[in-house]
Amino acid sequence: MTVTLPKPAPPQGHPLSPRNLWSAALSSYVAIVVVVLIVALPLLWMVLSSFKSPAELITTTPTLFPESFAPTNYVEAAKRIPLVRLFFNSVLVTVIGAGIKVLLAIMTAYALVYVKFPFKNVIFAGILVTLMVPPQVSMLPNFLLISQLGGVNTYWGIILPGLGTGFGTFLLRQQFLSIPKSLTEAAEIDGAGHWRRLWQIVVPVSAPTIATVALVSIVFEWNDYLWPLIIITDPSMMTLPVGLNTLRNSEASALGYPLLMAGSVAIIVPVLIVFVALQRYIIAGLTQGAVKD
Amino acid sequence: MSVSAARPGHAPMGEVPATEAQPRRRRFGPRERHDFWVFLALAGPNILLILIFSYRPVLQNIQYSMLNWTLGSASATWVGIGNYVEFFTSPNTLDILRVTAIFTVATVGGSMVLGLIIALALNRPVRGVGLARAAVFAPYVLSGVGVGLVWLFIFDPAIGILGVILRAIGLPGPEWFRDPNLTLAMVIIVYVWKNMGYAAVIYLAGLQAIPRDLLEAAALDGASSWRTFWSVVWPLLSPITFFLLITSVLASLQAFDIIQIMTPLGNGTTTLIYEVYLQAFGQFNRAGYSATVAVVLFVLLVVLTIVQLRYVERRVHYA
Repeated sequence: MTVTLPKPAPPQGHPLSPRNLWSAALSSYVAIVVVVLIVALPLLWMVLSSFKSPAELITTTPTLFPESFAPTNYVEAAKRIPLVRLFFNSVLVTVIGAGIKVLLAIMTAYALVYVKFPFKNVIFAGILVTLMVPPQVSMLPNFLLISQLGGVNTYWGIILPGLGTGFGTFLLRQQFLSIPKSLTEAAEIDGAGHWRRLWQIVVPVSAPTIATVALVSIVFEWNDYLWPLIIITDPSMMTLPVGLNTLRNSEASALGYPLLMAGSVAIIVPVLIVFVALQRYIIAGLTQGAVKD
Repeated sequence: MSVSAARPGHAPMGEVPATEAQPRRRRFGPRERHDFWVFLALAGPNILLILIFSYRPVLQNIQYSMLNWTLGSASATWVGIGNYVEFFTSPNTLDILRVTAIFTVATVGGSMVLGLIIALALNRPVRGVGLARAAVFAPYVLSGVGVGLVWLFIFDPAIGILGVILRAIGLPGPEWFRDPNLTLAMVIIVYVWKNMGYAAVIYLAGLQAIPRDLLEAAALDGASSWRTFWSVVWPLLSPITFFLLITSVLASLQAFDIIQIMTPLGNGTTTLIYEVYLQAFGQFNRAGYSATVAVVLFVLLVVLTIVQLRYVERRVHYA
């Protein structure tokens, strides 16, 4: 090993050289501000535009703020599509769908990690493979099956095909594997059966990962578009994304944008609120290895 | 943790080795039989759902792909590999593959490169980084339909704000909605905007996991930050790059929402997956042909996954 003596700072070139400007930009708040703006500006524009009148949009000199914040466009949009009903449908489908999904993922992951069964790794691989089957590939056969069973325009028709979960199972299995075996073995010696070990030890210890899986499932169900789009034709049974597509088709002219922005607010803002409240769970979940103690 | 540490005296000492020795003689004792049923009760529902709604469709698609069949019609004619012959000889197919390739490379490359740049910019102990990290991740969790509509309004050549800005600085506002190359570019931009935060957050976690002393050693040796990045940081990030590459390619081959809401007719934006949708649920209701494209797409996904696992993993440095 060579001994490296501390060197004096090397000459950095002209103070305003592109390289210095670049590193200054990266190391200061400029980068943070730019990043936040790139994300925030389109969303801000959506919210502001949702309050503008059509006349304010066609002008050649657009203003930033609307003339008034009266919810005219929201009321108007609710006349074209049953906005309140759609919102309720989305909430219902999301809560039930995500709830069952998380439950199934917890139980499957526990079985894969703690319960003896032949060919468990093969089964796990078989579950993982489903991550590779996009909903679009299974769309047509599932549409035919569900419509034969009478699921068109029903809540269960929307929810059922998406319940099987590879993602949640995968994430929770990783988490369960990282739990010290001594924890569950101690409980087993104390005579706790699988059911008690699952709910009293494994689940509480894994709360952050479960929150991550739950959040991801909630967001996925809320945003899910393709399947409800083909299985629902009755406007009163539509979820929000499907309703917005209907609104987009009925408002083909440029004057429809204020209504579409009002609809977009209705679908985007609830997820933003959930995200702000629970984002630490997502970030903790994504950086699992680093956070665990 | 306290639970495991607190009860060393509790375990009946003789019993533990006994149960460990048992399975050698009797592989399937009452305990294993009990576990068998517990496993089925716990994992069975999920496995059953996966079999019915993920595995069955893949097989059923193969059957449907042999049919000339209009969706909703009671009768269908057996055409054997006719649909496949049509797919592989149709001039449309070449265009669909071209669009799919451009779309995939551009969205995956764009969001990973931008994600890495954002991660590098945010990887410093400054106030506001947490906020910026959350903000940049936010679009990833938003509805594709909502996001698509917002950007549709921004891109609108007649009244969109983007056109206003471009004209204000003397550039012509492009016809985003008409030119097939521009519709594709537009959709790609929106997907990159939506997905870059995902790559950024994951890269950021990777950057923060790099041991300090490695970077300090590089600095002591007089390595420039450019050199440090390519010789130390980038190799250490390779497992993450590999992970992102796989998940992003698979995700972009499944991209649907924004394509559908921004370009319902698929003008210039008909990827393989959108073709599957258009053929079955567009104006022609060609269920058999749609199933054919779905089979091709599925095979492509399988091949890509195998190729990625085979070739990329070898060059990956696992820390």
